[in-house]
Amino acid sequence: MLDSNKDNLKLEAMKRIIGMVAKGREASDLFPAVVKNVVSKNIEVKKLVYVYLVRYAEEQQDLALLSISTFQRALKDPNQLIRASALRVLSSIRVTMIVPIVMLAIKDAAADMSPYVRKTAAHAIPKLYSLDQDQKEELIQVLEKLLYDKTTLVVGSAVMAFEEVCPERIDLIHKNFRKLCSLLVDVDEWGQVVIINMLTRYARSQFTDPNLQDVDEDEESKRPFYEDENEVDEEQQEKRAPTLDPDHRLLLRSAKPLLQSRNAAVVLSVAQLYHHTAPRSEVHQVAKAMIRLLRSHREVQDIVLTSIAATATRRKVMFEPFLKSFFVRSSDATHIKLLKLEILTSLATESSVGIILRELQTYVAAHDPPFVAAAIQAIGRCASNIKEVTDTCLNGLVSLLSNKDQAVVAESVVVIKKLLQTQPSAHREIIIQMAKLVDSVTVPQARASILWLLGEYSERVPKIAPDVLRKMAKTFTSEEDIVKLQVMTLAVKLCLTNPKQTKLLCQYVLQLAKYDQNYDLRDRARFLRHIIFPADAESGGPTRLSKQAKKIFLAPKPAPVPESHFKDREQFQLGSLSHYINTKANGYQELPPFPLEAPDPKARDVETEPQVMEQAPLFTAKKVSSKKDSKFYSDTESPEDESEEDENSSDEDDDDDEEEEDSSSDKDEEEDDNEDEESSGLEEKLPKKVVKSNAKPKSDEEEEEDESDEDDSSSESVSDSDSEDESSEPSSVPKKQTRNAKPAKESTPVVKPKSNLDLLLDLDDVSPAFTPIMTPSLGGFLTPMSTPSSQVKTQLFPDIQV
Amino acid sequence: MEKHWKSVISRSVCDYFFDHQRKASSPEDIPPVIATPHHYLISVYRSSMFFVAVCTTEVAPLFVVEFLHRVVDTFEDYFSECTESIIKEHYVVVYELLDEMLDNGFPLATESNILKELIKPPNILRTIANTVTGKSNVSSTLPSGQLSNIPWRRTGVKYTNNEAYFDMIEEVDAIIDKSGSTVCAEIQGYIDCCIKLSGMPDLSLSFVNPRLFDDVSFHPCVRFKRWESERVLSFIPPDGNFRLMSYHIGSQSIVAIPVYVRHSLCLRESGSGGRLDITLGPKQTLGRTIENVVLEIPMPKSVLNCGLVTNQGKYTFDPVSKLLVWEVGRIDVTKLPNIRGTISLQSGSPPVEANPSINVS
Repeated sequence: MLDSNKDNLKLEAMKRIIGMVAKGREASDLFPAVVKNVVSKNIEVKKLVYVYLVRYAEEQQDLALLSISTFQRALKDPNQLIRASALRVLSSIRVTMIVPIVMLAIKDAAADMSPYVRKTAAHAIPKLYSLDQDQKEELIQVLEKLLYDKTTLVVGSAVMAFEEVCPERIDLIHKNFRKLCSLLVDVDEWGQVVIINMLTRYARSQFTDPNLQDVDEDEESKRPFYEDENEVDEEQQEKRAPTLDPDHRLLLRSAKPLLQSRNAAVVLSVAQLYHHTAPRSEVHQVAKAMIRLLRSHREVQDIVLTSIAATATRRKVMFEPFLKSFFVRSSDATHIKLLKLEILTSLATESSVGIILRELQTYVAAHDPPFVAAAIQAIGRCASNIKEVTDTCLNGLVSLLSNKDQAVVAESVVVIKKLLQTQPSAHREIIIQMAKLVDSVTVPQARASILWLLGEYSERVPKIAPDVLRKMAKTFTSEEDIVKLQVMTLAVKLCLTNPKQTKLLCQYVLQLAKYDQNYDLRDRARFLRHIIFPADAESGGPTRLSKQAKKIFLAPKPAPVPESHFKDREQFQLGSLSHYINTKANGYQELPPFPLEAPDPKARDVETEPQVMEQAPLFTAKKVSSKKDSKFYSDTESPEDESEEDENSSDEDDDDDEEEEDSSSDKDEEEDDNEDEESSGLEEKLPKKVVKSNAKPKSDEEEEEDESDEDDSSSESVSDSDSEDESSEPSSVPKKQTRNAKPAKESTPVVKPKSNLDLLLDLDDVSPAFTPIMTPSLGGFLTPMSTPSSQVKTQLFPDIQV
Repeated sequence: MEKHWKSVISRSVCDYFFDHQRKASSPEDIPPVIATPHHYLISVYRSSMFFVAVCTTEVAPLFVVEFLHRVVDTFEDYFSECTESIIKEHYVVVYELLDEMLDNGFPLATESNILKELIKPPNILRTIANTVTGKSNVSSTLPSGQLSNIPWRRTGVKYTNNEAYFDMIEEVDAIIDKSGSTVCAEIQGYIDCCIKLSGMPDLSLSFVNPRLFDDVSFHPCVRFKRWESERVLSFIPPDGNFRLMSYHIGSQSIVAIPVYVRHSLCLRESGSGGRLDITLGPKQTLGRTIENVVLEIPMPKSVLNCGLVTNQGKYTFDPVSKLLVWEVGRIDVTKLPNIRGTISLQSGSPPVEANPSINVS
């Protein structure tokens, strides 16, 4: 069909081939037939051929060369769309032989009249670079030109290319820094993300640390009076950071409006910019926007929560006002629930802990095992972080011990164990209660914890401990490995404190362990035996080691400090892939530390005006400057515009007026530029600009009000919207106010543990059919599988150097 | 379906994803980012489909997630809905779209106005016309918007009726404890527009009480500066449907919740099972009626079936997902909707308290 003369048939054939490609089926043997069609006049056929070419050119290099001449012709096409797509495909064909051709094409395109083609050229640069690294120097030259470009369309792509090809050439940015900052708001969303990320690195390498002076101050010195003031005032009153470079200030200021972007990626990148470079007193501004993102898609929520969790460990105050936003909804996915819990616990303070604990109590009753486990651990973390509530938490946890759900009990046991460790004061009843649980609890983790606890505090329960050991010795062979290890530890400890009752038991346990399948157990048994029962050795008398045995085994252990496992993420740039997965991703660039002395700010002064004008034709420059106003003029559409304006004659006046404004603002901006060149500081300039922008919209408004009807606002309470089209009659504008209240209410009844217990007690006779699942725990504890053993190891031998 | 940009990656990378999918209990539980030895899989879950992007190097994950969502939005915009069969049916258009949207891993054109000029959305009329005349649905001219500073609007828009519609949608999210007091409540609102205006209109929208909006996000067409200085939304709208702004009124301010729920639910496995009795009532509605009320209760695993009677609307219970859905409809003040009846439980399971979560729309 491809050889047919009719476009229809060709198109149909190409569609089928693309279908095959899309399904991942091999279609490369059709290559010769397809390539012939690259000259097709039909645009759709051509497009599909392009798609095919890009996919298979690598495999059929020789044949792909046949198509190159077509592209070269297309690159000279008067239609910019065709020029651009030809360059795009040409650069996407990964054939090393055509590198020089692509190089030439990129150079031409970078000087093209059309910004769209220049944008494509910027995209082509990293492609060529990945194809042939040797072209780097030449590419950087082209890139340098593109970075000077003033069109918003091009800038984003140019920076993207810069990031991929030569992120280390920070010197290329100096001259463009101020331009980038001022254009930032108008660049497309994706470009914004890339530019902000790049500028973050730039700021870290070029400006001094704004927080240097107040390092010793306590984290997050609250300065509420800054919050209500607008930026100009803030600038003037900014006495705390007198060294803040004016350019640094410019960067922060131009990024700030982007917090209101609809694109979550942009918001988060601004957040990370503030997080990494802003003075401490200003970082909190981003919190609100980040909270808003929590209402977005699930995936966005997850990533934003991860970032918040990492931030919250360091900057508690920032998110404290939004505490309630992190309350878990029953409709959240599990991993989002876990992240929210994590944040809640790290936000807990003396004042807020009450509310949080109440929430956590509710969560314990949920039916989502991993979540419940995490909630219990969260209680534990709150308890140990905030001393005032420790006892309350402990009581709550103890009442959970009689819960019917095995998993809940097990988790509580583990958490209580950790809590008791932090509290040297006696909790005899709790230990006794836990000891009783040994019979019923089956989760190895929990059993191990109970045993360790008994061993550690055996002198407080002198009667129960040996009894438990007896029971455990009986069932030793059927226990899990971590339980066995703990049985041995318990045996040894008891043997030391209470040798009369337990020496034989201890020997028996060690004997059993000696023949265990697990080599770790056997090792441990042998090791313990030599310390405790040196009589087995030839020396006869007690060795030095065994004399110290009591000191070794019963030395006071430092309590574990539960902390967030988000703490160690600080090293990565917030919001980056590496930050999310917490390992270094391929191609991750470290944020440089702030330099102690700022490099010369003069480097950023622009003195290359004529050069820019050379590349960017006049109309683009005009466009950029007029963009702050409402109207714009571009080459291709002006005829159409005029025809329309004839139709809507009312528009024309408006346009004319604004045109005048445009030109005046052009002048203003030129003046600004001059000022910029003359004075290295921007402080004088910025307030002026603000005033100007205030004045301009006002005149806009007046015009609009003349033409359009008054925005009559209706009586509805929250906000109503009217719209007027300037050109149409008001009557033809139907007003539609649909007000959909869509409240999603979730009532999560708070069930206090006690009432839950009552429910449970009714069912006492039924054995639980629920299989407990232990899941990796959240909240800064070591993961369950490794917890007891590794802890025991380290705690057993606090002074191993003996 | 697959599409490659920088280099060809074998389909087998998806195996990692399928592994995770198998492990997760529900599709929502799959982590959005999966790290494999050489690649990173970033996925989104929309309309019961997964869209997975594979990257090899460091990239902001939100960037990819946001892009994938945008892709799905575009598909929905083009095909009015986005399902597996529709994507299969229009694979060529999908391929062309992806080709325009992404170039070498960097988004190129994501505004639907621009895309629609490059590639015409399919509809039946055009399909017939194309087959008759042999025309393609790829436009041959460059959309001028791509070149202008208004990348979201195409030029040459003409309508005989110039219309603009604004929809205000507000969602109230609240967590209410057992005794009926509000733990936290927040409002999420959107202004969706459908604008059909000729030429290049410049609109401004002002609010009676703009102070209420303390946290807003805008479509890129809105001028930030004007909003900051005067609290007026000034913008050149894109053509057609779009979301002008969304706002969030946080938990600090007081939110009136339009309905209340009185419930009594007890689950015992003695005898036939538990009892359920729920009554809905309106609250602070300022005289408006509440419509389309839907109540959802995720039941504990042990629930086998529900034998319930409603005095209004109808209910469904899905024994697999254990979700009880009660479609109430309009709330009549004189006769409050009520649902009651028994719930049969699997014997031998520990009862878990149910979290009735209520969706009202």
